[in-house]
Amino acid sequence: MISGAEIMVKCLEQENVEILFGYPGAAICPFYDALMDSPIKHILVRQEQNSVHAASGYARSVSKPGVCVATSGPGATNLITGIATAYMDSIPIIAITGQVRSDLIGRDVFQEADITGACEPFVKHSYLVKNTEDLPRVFKEAFYIATTGRPGPVLIDVPVDIQTNKIDKFVYPKKADIPGYKPSVQGHIKQIEKSVALIQSASRPVICAGGGVLTSGSKLKLVEFATKTGIPVVSTMMGIGVMPTENPLYLGMLGSHGKGVANRAIHEADVIMLCGARVGDRAVASPDQLSAHSKIIHIDIDPAEIGKNVEVTVPIVGDMKNVINKINDTIGDYHVPHMWADTTERWKKELFRTAPRFEGCVEPRSFIAKLSEMLPNKSILVADVGQNQIWCANNFRIKEGRFLTTGGMGTMGYSVPAAVGAKFARPDREVVVVCGDGSFQMGMNELGTIAQNHLNVKIIIMRNDRLGMVRELQKNLYHQRYTATFLDEEAPDFMKIAEAYNIDSAYATSNEEAEKYAKQMIESDKSFVLVCRVSPDTPSI
Amino acid sequence: MKHTIYILVENHAGVLSKITGLFSRRAFNIESLAVGVTTDVNVSRITVVADGDEYVAEQIKKQLNKLIPVLEVKILKENSYISRELALIKVKSNTGNRIEIMKIAELMDAKVIDVSVNTITLQIADTVDNLETLTNLLKPYGIKEMVRTGTVAIEKGSNFAK
Ligand SMILES: Cc1ncc(C[n+]2csc(CCOP(=O)(O)OP(=O)(O)O)c2C)c(N)n1
Repeated sequence: MISGAEIMVKCLEQENVEILFGYPGAAICPFYDALMDSPIKHILVRQEQNSVHAASGYARSVSKPGVCVATSGPGATNLITGIATAYMDSIPIIAITGQVRSDLIGRDVFQEADITGACEPFVKHSYLVKNTEDLPRVFKEAFYIATTGRPGPVLIDVPVDIQTNKIDKFVYPKKADIPGYKPSVQGHIKQIEKSVALIQSASRPVICAGGGVLTSGSKLKLVEFATKTGIPVVSTMMGIGVMPTENPLYLGMLGSHGKGVANRAIHEADVIMLCGARVGDRAVASPDQLSAHSKIIHIDIDPAEIGKNVEVTVPIVGDMKNVINKINDTIGDYHVPHMWADTTERWKKELFRTAPRFEGCVEPRSFIAKLSEMLPNKSILVADVGQNQIWCANNFRIKEGRFLTTGGMGTMGYSVPAAVGAKFARPDREVVVVCGDGSFQMGMNELGTIAQNHLNVKIIIMRNDRLGMVRELQKNLYHQRYTATFLDEEAPDFMKIAEAYNIDSAYATSNEEAEKYAKQMIESDKSFVLVCRVSPDTPSI
Repeated sequence: MKHTIYILVENHAGVLSKITGLFSRRAFNIESLAVGVTTDVNVSRITVVADGDEYVAEQIKKQLNKLIPVLEVKILKENSYISRELALIKVKSNTGNRIEIMKIAELMDAKVIDVSVNTITLQIADTVDNLETLTNLLKPYGIKEMVRTGTVAIEKGSNFAK
């Protein structure tokens, strides 16, 4: 005989899960008990939302699903923001929650919450398990759904009696058979031919690469294609890292907070190739303008994204990797006209701006650029949300590493827990957080997790004593009527907080100091908190 | 513009709420929704009449297709299908006008299914247009209560759902 809880653990083992991020409670105790007999590692986070962010940082760093666990009621509802974030960012997550006894569901007993109902709008799929026998099928399906097609979070809610009930034996299904779920990955060959013909006719083509390129593992193929054809590349925030920043073909991030040259190029293009990008409102404020003057090829694994935000000339539903391979095979010796290459090169120089410095402060944009030179090639930079995110997106020079941030949801407090996940995934790599003093205070309870596990995570706090990005909005759009964006100048002392967790720290008030401490920080093999004094008047771009 | 859409779904608890949740979340307007089991007990068929332009219709279809328990979605082309709706209508009536109302029922192919001293209840299963004609004819007598099932639709000729 085998219990439901033991089956859950066995399912995770079958899926090669090595690590869980979670927080226990009564309704998930049978599972935790069974987990003790498994080699799967469990990392206790300090708040459930962070278990999802950690799983997200993990998933994005190793291209495997991240798994998080919480108890029923408040544990489960604390997951919601994390789940919604993973959904908007298309990250494969399995979230497991305990639930009250199945015969008590619907009676508002202690710590009951309808979590599958509450998460409905932001999960790719969810299960409320009704029989212990169903567990193996449910887990098999959940992992399949989370990791295939457009990835996303899948929630499995397991009542405590389903965990304790015993059945005869455990058999894990070989494959998931879900009649209503057949993601198409190949890409229609006729459509691909049409797109190739369109590119060959283009005089000012631009590639716009999104997070889908990274998810599908097609970044090298895309770089190959761009290099061969000379087509310049812009990226969305989620697509940062599709090619090294220094590649001459890379024009930077587009959008309201992006690079002038990237926006200029996309608005002057005659053919735009959207690759795993959904043209969200932050990337392109008025997509109708794009389709008015250019022909658009849209490649995406999610058919619902094609035609949602922008009118498309050639839609291609499929996995980016398959599609770009086929395009590479058939493009022949097309090369963009030199005029276009020269123009984008000229814009790059024309639109370059140097950042003004403020006395007694670190200039964050040039510091971040400098930091990227100092870091090892494969470092993972995790940016939070706010001005700090934009400073990183536009100035971090990515080489072979990753840039992790939440572009879709923009959830403050993402960076520290996501870095925890990334570090567990890639202990060999330098993992660096850049956050604001506001966002740090939303995730700083995870210093506990960092300290307890002796993780080597580097945290840079851009301290402007303000909710900088909102303040900037108030400055520019609300007649400088500043409200609710002032954080205390005195407290907290972030160095003392670091000290409380036994973490080394430093405080920098100029770029020279920041660079000096950054060097120390990188040389150390322990965690480090670097607080940078930043002027509240430093603009985002 | 109105669109008649049929959706085949796995017959599980909670599926209907996924569908209606999606409609409200994405601000798609539902005019009517009818659901019932098909010849396969594991599959239900939902017929939705929704309002919106071509873009909205296309989005409805694509977003519905993303739901895992959804097996098939089809937006029925104008003139390619037959649709019917059933209504039960309770009308005020007395000995003086009972025959008159029964005449109207007969004219409109409706059935008398219940009679009392001061009411008469009719059943009609017809196109939405004819339902409206009947209610217009009955209004002067005083409609006390009406229930409608929502439209169901089937394709003409030899086309059929998988
Ligand atoms: C959970 C959450 N709450 C509120 C916001 C709205 N918001 C966006 S940026 C921002 C300010 C961030 O301040 P800080 O972390 O100090 O970074 P800065 O902009 O100063 O770099 C706020 C409040 C958000 N994105 N997420």
